[in-house]
Amino acid sequence: MASFKPTKVQFLPKLGEKVTEETLYWKNYKSPVQIKEFGAITKIDFSPLPPHNYAVTASTRIHIYGPHSQEPIRSFTRFRDTAYGGRFRGDGKLLVAGSEEGLIRLFDISGRVALRQFKGHSKAVHMTSFLSDGFRVVSGSDDLSCRVWDVPSAVELSSLTQHTDYIRALAPSKLNPDLFVTGSYDHTVKVFDMRSGSSVMTMQHGHPVECVLLYPSEVLLVSTGGRYVKVWDLLKGGQELVSLKNHHKTVTCACVSSVGNKLLTGSLDRHVKVYNSSYKVAHNFDCDASILSMAIAPDDEALAVGMTNGVLSVRHRRHQKDKETLTSRRRRGPSYQVFVKGKNFAPRQDDFLVSKPVKQYLRKYDKQLKSFEVSKALDTALQTWTRTSKPDVTVAVIIELNRRGTLKNALAGRNEERCFCVLFFRHIFDPRFSRPLLMVGDIVLDLYQQVFHESPVVERLLQRLMEVLGREAELQQELLQVLGILDTLFTSLTPRKEVACVKTLQSISVLKTTDLSQEKRKIYHIYFE
Amino acid sequence: MVEQSEVRVVRCGGSKINLRPPIISTDSRFVLCASGDSVKVYSTRTEEWLHSLQGHTNQVTGITLNPANHLQVYSCSADGTVKLWDFIDGILIKTFIIGYPLFAIYVSEKHDGIVFLHIAMDTDSKNECFQLVAVHLPKSAEQEVEAKELSAVSSRISPNPSCTAFGREGQYIAFARHLQLNVYFFRKQKTYSFSLKATDKKGAKNAFTCIACHPADDCIATGHEDGKIRLWRNFIHTKEYTYSTQHWHHNAVNTVCFTPEGTNLLSGGIESVLVQWQYGAGNRKEFLPRLGGSILHVSTSSDGQLFCTSHSDNKITVIESSFKVCGVIQGLVKGDAVLTDLMIDPRSKALVLNGKPGHLQFYSLLRDKHLYNLDIVQQEYIYEAGLDQFEVVKAAFDIKGYWLATVEERGQKSSDLEFSLKLWAYDERTQSFVLNTTITAAHTDRIMSMCFSSSEETTMLVTTAEDGQFKAWCQGADADTQQDQNFWSCDFVGSYHNLKPTNCSFSADSSLLAVSFQEVITIWSPDTWELLTTLCQPPGVVRDLCFGQLSCSKYLIATTTRNLLCCWNLLTCALEWSTSVEVSKLQPDPLSENVAAFSYQSKHTDLFVFKPNEPRPLFTHKNVCSEKMHRAVFVPREEPLNNCDESSQWLNRSQLYFLTQNMDLLTFSTATEEDRMLSSSKRLVIDDSVAVTPFYLLLGKHRQQQQKLNTPSHPAADKPQQPQGSLTCLLLSFPSLFFPPEMEMESSEQEMNSEKEEEHSEEEMEACDSQQELRAQGSVDEVTPKLSKAQERELKRVRKTDFSWMAGLIDSKP
Repeated sequence: MASFKPTKVQFLPKLGEKVTEETLYWKNYKSPVQIKEFGAITKIDFSPLPPHNYAVTASTRIHIYGPHSQEPIRSFTRFRDTAYGGRFRGDGKLLVAGSEEGLIRLFDISGRVALRQFKGHSKAVHMTSFLSDGFRVVSGSDDLSCRVWDVPSAVELSSLTQHTDYIRALAPSKLNPDLFVTGSYDHTVKVFDMRSGSSVMTMQHGHPVECVLLYPSEVLLVSTGGRYVKVWDLLKGGQELVSLKNHHKTVTCACVSSVGNKLLTGSLDRHVKVYNSSYKVAHNFDCDASILSMAIAPDDEALAVGMTNGVLSVRHRRHQKDKETLTSRRRRGPSYQVFVKGKNFAPRQDDFLVSKPVKQYLRKYDKQLKSFEVSKALDTALQTWTRTSKPDVTVAVIIELNRRGTLKNALAGRNEERCFCVLFFRHIFDPRFSRPLLMVGDIVLDLYQQVFHESPVVERLLQRLMEVLGREAELQQELLQVLGILDTLFTSLTPRKEVACVKTLQSISVLKTTDLSQEKRKIYHIYFE
Repeated sequence: MVEQSEVRVVRCGGSKINLRPPIISTDSRFVLCASGDSVKVYSTRTEEWLHSLQGHTNQVTGITLNPANHLQVYSCSADGTVKLWDFIDGILIKTFIIGYPLFAIYVSEKHDGIVFLHIAMDTDSKNECFQLVAVHLPKSAEQEVEAKELSAVSSRISPNPSCTAFGREGQYIAFARHLQLNVYFFRKQKTYSFSLKATDKKGAKNAFTCIACHPADDCIATGHEDGKIRLWRNFIHTKEYTYSTQHWHHNAVNTVCFTPEGTNLLSGGIESVLVQWQYGAGNRKEFLPRLGGSILHVSTSSDGQLFCTSHSDNKITVIESSFKVCGVIQGLVKGDAVLTDLMIDPRSKALVLNGKPGHLQFYSLLRDKHLYNLDIVQQEYIYEAGLDQFEVVKAAFDIKGYWLATVEERGQKSSDLEFSLKLWAYDERTQSFVLNTTITAAHTDRIMSMCFSSSEETTMLVTTAEDGQFKAWCQGADADTQQDQNFWSCDFVGSYHNLKPTNCSFSADSSLLAVSFQEVITIWSPDTWELLTTLCQPPGVVRDLCFGQLSCSKYLIATTTRNLLCCWNLLTCALEWSTSVEVSKLQPDPLSENVAAFSYQSKHTDLFVFKPNEPRPLFTHKNVCSEKMHRAVFVPREEPLNNCDESSQWLNRSQLYFLTQNMDLLTFSTATEEDRMLSSSKRLVIDDSVAVTPFYLLLGKHRQQQQKLNTPSHPAADKPQQPQGSLTCLLLSFPSLFFPPEMEMESSEQEMNSEKEEEHSEEEMEACDSQQELRAQGSVDEVTPKLSKAQERELKRVRKTDFSWMAGLIDSKP
């Protein structure tokens, strides 16, 4: 007749962030590879050509790493002072870097000695870059000037001194060889056009600018500085599109992923945040130290993060292939060798299909409930794994037992060990579970009141439970007080909807408090009787 | 009929079919069961209701096959008659008038012409005192016979008819009462009695609940209140009797039954598990679990191929001897109470109410047929007495029948109440409701009432609860969850001075929502959630609330506990009229302006039908029934009647059904309606022994027509002549292969098989084809018209035997 209906595990809405496609994408990175450098890593740049090596600027060196090597393939060590801002040219064959002493050096990737040296800056050069034609280099320096250099002749083409503080951010346009954007500690972002020889646009960031970034379409410009990340629309004459404040320390770096153009920002607060297209945080990477620099490889194959303590952490994407090889190795059952008649028979259009009856598979606890083995079913549901990772299943079984009126029978007659696992269930404060679990606690206390003293383990557990319950009750009381304060505030405003909402909240917490304090009193009672 | 009582109260459909054990005909093709004041005949294969044997004027209390003729059935009724029927044709053969209300009937093969009946003892009319009497049925040719030869077999027997059973070959009769088992031997004319102690040390409850005798062995099986089954042997000697005990049931055994060969014993109880014990094999048994409601009766067919169980949820299950369920015959499920109101599914126009525990049932009133059960609770139901389980307490449909809202509740007795609100969407593909949203903590206290808004565009549900709030629920009101807009969430929470809301109602265009808070009625605008006005007519708490329909939609009608029926005009916000009448149920008709009010005064219920715009009632019916009335519903008619009589005009568009506290479903019918029913039923009566199926109707007509052509001298029945090349002829000339698939060939094929079988015993045989059969029976057929009725019946039985061997003989002759 009608089949057994399995226990209904209630679907409870999960607290916290929602799992979206985006989160899954960004979660799909392997655990980071840590590489120790000599000093704080100030710049990371990926080569635009495969195999996408990357240059890491730290202390007085620039190391070039291969995509999967832990050791540098090549290193440039001929710096007298700290090196800054090592960047590849568009063909990946040349590298330019500034330094503390004001010299700009240009290296061949395969060489060791600098091909050119550009002299002229009087102070440290933190940012250097090729313009998109590849024949010119632009640099921003602490002497408040921006200079453009000719690569073949190594002469200064022009010098622009329009900022009033250190220039610490620079981004050339990839579409137009004459455009570049600079950001400075004077709180402004300026767009320069080499053809006019001066800035064509100025935007007020409001904080010292640490990094500027152009989206691949070069319509949107991102500037970071202070705790703010701001996105500007260049086509609307530099209008501010959004201002994001998701970090709680200075945002030092930003980059755009090549798949879907998602914005990533890194900050001194040790987080890398990934934004979705509507500029909500979609994912968050945690690091060990304050982040100074960050870069993402083309196709998002790797994410490299450089930190103040000189650690470079590289996360590689996990591929479907890796997983498959793993699983295929694990699952190798007997192969399907026997020829089954009509195995590949395809039904014709007018055929009436008689489907096989679907066999109903029951969980272990359901099987036990079906045969009325209540105590065993409770044991199954209280197994350590279920209890910790799927508390909703355990609670569902408890509720089901209570509905059947057999919860007391299931809890009775347990020895110390099995009693222990009942009491060890620590989700008692979860408001979703507290009702049935408090009931279980009640029944356990009733049943074993006489024999608790015989087992020191259980006694200790009980004591802890009492402490924790007491703390929770106090907390609830404080919450009630807060609610009282809120109530007075709301009554003065009287928006109808919110009052109602607060009231429900209040009633829930009142309920919980009474429950908890009763429970506490009960345990207390047992102890001091 | 008197002029005034043109509208009268009639009982309609949905009567109990589980009162007495069903019986299976000898050929296993029919199941018969007592149902109200008739006996219903169902087909075992198709589970269809074929016809009913009507004639009793009171509850039928027992049916049994005539041991002398297995095509006949005896039925006894509380009206004091025993009737003998031919159940295949549905013909009443004889009526025996006993003169006392009868409560059960037994027959035995050995006692020909005698039936045994349960009769209440004259001394006190209260139950518990019954006697078993043997009645000799006089042989006479008359239709109605008075049987006065009563002889008491035993007095003081149990009122439960399953506590009496005939022993092997009718040698003895065993009956049990409380703790005593009596065996009466007919030959010795002596009673032996055996008694058990009420309880023993282990707390067993030994009272007898049912009894069965082995068909071939001297063995009596008894069921007991604590779930034990005892097998008594050697009871011919009072001293040396023995019994063995078997125990599986955890609660009272409701029924025990031996299979006809006596190899197995079937038992059932409240657990709803049919247990089959092997006779003489100790404790070996088989189970058939989860059959539905608790098992009340088990019966077997005479060849042992089919079992029949009847259940407390008004259901008969047909089970094959291989322990597989092969058919379910479901009546209107009547629990202890209808917690949900009576409702009408706007799509199927079916009546919806509580069904099996945790289910809603859909019952077609037109066809008097159970359509389906909708599982609301979706939890395993434990058949255990006194267990508090989830039950559907509230349900509501939206106006198009696209949404269904239900509230299930557990813990009516204990303090911690558990309930949840569920919303179901109609799925066009599966043609049923699919769970959409479950809201576990909709309110902090019990939900009192709920209703859907009546507008077509937006659906909104309003619930009121004892926690002093009413909430409005909308589909996809929660903007934060961007993914799915299909789920329901709370849109508004409202309250009024911390009073408890009781009722809520939307106006016809759902521009207004009325919520009653004790004696105050608040009117809200659902668009802005603004409190528009309050209406109040103290003293007395508002009990029922509804808006007028159609042209009277500006009126709001409310009843209070202090015997007031008030009508407000919402345009002026003033009381239009009020009258002092105790109203227990107020029911507006959705298709007209009429409102029906049931009032309970001095031990009987009166009905008033009125329009809100005029305080004078349209129709009054005094003394509808003697109990208080709480559930009523207007059911739209399929085609409107056109009564012009003023008193019955209100029944033109829809019909009023109501449910009494005894769970009787009653309705009002008009004279014209009854006339129409009569004429249609006359047309339907076909004096044929073939089961009435759509295919039969086609075939039967064809056959009659042929018959008419063949035998023009035969007195023609007043049936219209069919044109020659009709569909039926066409249909019959084709092999069954070419039939269109919509014809439901599966069922009709079965019927065809059964028909062929039956054709052998038919009078209209000559009309049929197949030369061989004609040759085999040709000699017999010529005599037929001259035979008397009894002879004909005899002949039928003869014809039932297979004549194919004779045909073989004829063929083999050189």
